[in-house]
Amino acid sequence: MSLEIVLEQLVNGLVLGSFYALVALGYSMVYGIIKLLNFAHGDIYMTGAFVCLSAFGVLSGFLPGVPGIIVSILIAMLISGVLGYMTQRFAYRPLLGAPRLSLLITAIGVSLVIYNTVMVVTNSQPLSFQSGLNNTAGIRFGGIDISYIKIVLVAVSALVMTGLNLFINRTMAGRAMRAISQDQDTCRLMGIHVSRIIGLTFILGSALAAVAGGMACVYYGNVRFNMGYIIGIKAFTASVIGGIGSIPGAMLGGLLLGLLESFGTQLEFVGSAWKDVFAFGILILILILKPNGLMGKSEVERM
Amino acid sequence: MGFIKQTCHTALKPVRQAYGLLSENKRVQYIVCAALFAAMVAGPLFLGRYVIGVMWDAMFYMLLALGLNIIVGYCGLCDLGYAAKFAIGAYTTGICIQTFGLSFWLSLPVSVVMAIITAVLIGAPTLKLRSDYLAIVTLGFAEIVRITARNLEITGKATGLHSIERPSLFGLQLTKTEHWYYVFLVLVVAFIFISYRIRNSRFGRALAYIREDEDAAQAMGVNTTRYKLYAYMIGAVLGGITGSFYAVRMASISPTTFDFNQSANILLAVILGGMGKIPGVLAGAAFFAIFPELFRDIPVVGDMRMLFFGLLLVVVMILRPQGLWPERKKR
Repeated sequence: MSLEIVLEQLVNGLVLGSFYALVALGYSMVYGIIKLLNFAHGDIYMTGAFVCLSAFGVLSGFLPGVPGIIVSILIAMLISGVLGYMTQRFAYRPLLGAPRLSLLITAIGVSLVIYNTVMVVTNSQPLSFQSGLNNTAGIRFGGIDISYIKIVLVAVSALVMTGLNLFINRTMAGRAMRAISQDQDTCRLMGIHVSRIIGLTFILGSALAAVAGGMACVYYGNVRFNMGYIIGIKAFTASVIGGIGSIPGAMLGGLLLGLLESFGTQLEFVGSAWKDVFAFGILILILILKPNGLMGKSEVERM
Repeated sequence: MGFIKQTCHTALKPVRQAYGLLSENKRVQYIVCAALFAAMVAGPLFLGRYVIGVMWDAMFYMLLALGLNIIVGYCGLCDLGYAAKFAIGAYTTGICIQTFGLSFWLSLPVSVVMAIITAVLIGAPTLKLRSDYLAIVTLGFAEIVRITARNLEITGKATGLHSIERPSLFGLQLTKTEHWYYVFLVLVVAFIFISYRIRNSRFGRALAYIREDEDAAQAMGVNTTRYKLYAYMIGAVLGGITGSFYAVRMASISPTTFDFNQSANILLAVILGGMGKIPGVLAGAAFFAIFPELFRDIPVVGDMRMLFFGLLLVVVMILRPQGLWPERKKR
């Protein structure tokens, strides 16, 4: 592998990893706080992408280019946040005391509802996103071209994740989240409004997924109703690699999976046809070798 | 509201009484079962080819649902990639017949072995951990199986395997729809028998214990990891056998048959029908096979089928977490 290829894959891996990390955060936060594998999370990412696309379609008339995209992504964050909150409020909250299997199955039901609604609305057709930006413009570095879009994507997700970290570690609500993930009942005794904080977690996680969805719009240029399915599994893989429930773990896991995948596809026997197999193979390997992930704590399964 | 409730209550009274009679009285149960079975056996004599085809479809789903029921219904594990188990059976049989020239009946044990190997491969690492990891790992594994089948030369790439030779039984080559109707009827009866035997065994009670309270089961000396793995293996073997029969019945298999929708349908059949209760699972499977046939000509409803099922799933989980027709708890 020459230096150019290594650099190129490094950049691609970082871009891919940013997407995974942003989606993985939502998985990890929700899992950390109510021990639910939120299956619908990949679909919320997909909804975010669609909202961003539709919003930009309306806005681009009088607000073209970068400002329009930023506003569209903000709208997508808002609507996805509301959607995330609604799923939590109407589907998951009534079941918080129920067996874990019921909660998991409800999440699958929610995923089916969102997925099929979008499928019917878009008539199963992919929609294309014309950002009007110059996709090839960029800088030359170390013998390869890096487009501005890639740089901005990585920078934005780094910014968002830093913001999230500050929120979790420095604010009252963030502290409440961390406390609830440790012991919900004690939190209630200490006067924390538990269900409100759980709702906030869903809103935050969904908004992060919407950022990733909006950026996927710009980066890939098209949106499909089934785009959330694979990224959902991969983001879960990323959060397991980092240690599910751990916020920095999800970020690290996302970037690591992105890099592994982009370098993996360079290998002779992997290639692009096998890239998903490669990622899921890593998931199974991690579960065998280091089930608590890189930054996760070992814990006993709770009831 | 009160009036509506009262009317429903009165109108449903005979149904409730009949059901009460059915569930209280063993002899009535046997008579109903025997009548149903006789109707199934005699069916092809009166019914048209189309109806037999749909009934075959229903029995095929019943087999898959009974297999998955061991995993989900008995043991309370969530498997989101059951299509992969039956894909493995189907492809194993297809390859055995086409590439290695084995007869169908010899390919069955190979399928079983393959099913066990894959079950151990996925189950052993994940079942030790939080059991909801199994859900996503099975989902990922189903994707691996599908992509592998699509990329390998031996599985016929995207087009799949074609013109797999039909097997013969006692000198009769099984080609007609009626033949397969009876083969699958026998299989359904066998799977029901296996399911009841497992449920009423020491092993089955241990599984029910794990499902209801895993920590308590462990405290009582049940080796939960091992039992969960056994349940997972049995489910995979039943799925693999179903897949083998499916391959020779259809004579052609392709990767698109084994996508996530297939797994979701089987899971929905088990859960909506009533987790763990065999008549419920059978009814759920029949519903999922017949429902698309009834609504296939109505365009919008056909597309919104899964949307409707998703909503149903959420509502059922909130209102009746044990499924629509759950097992009655013994006192």
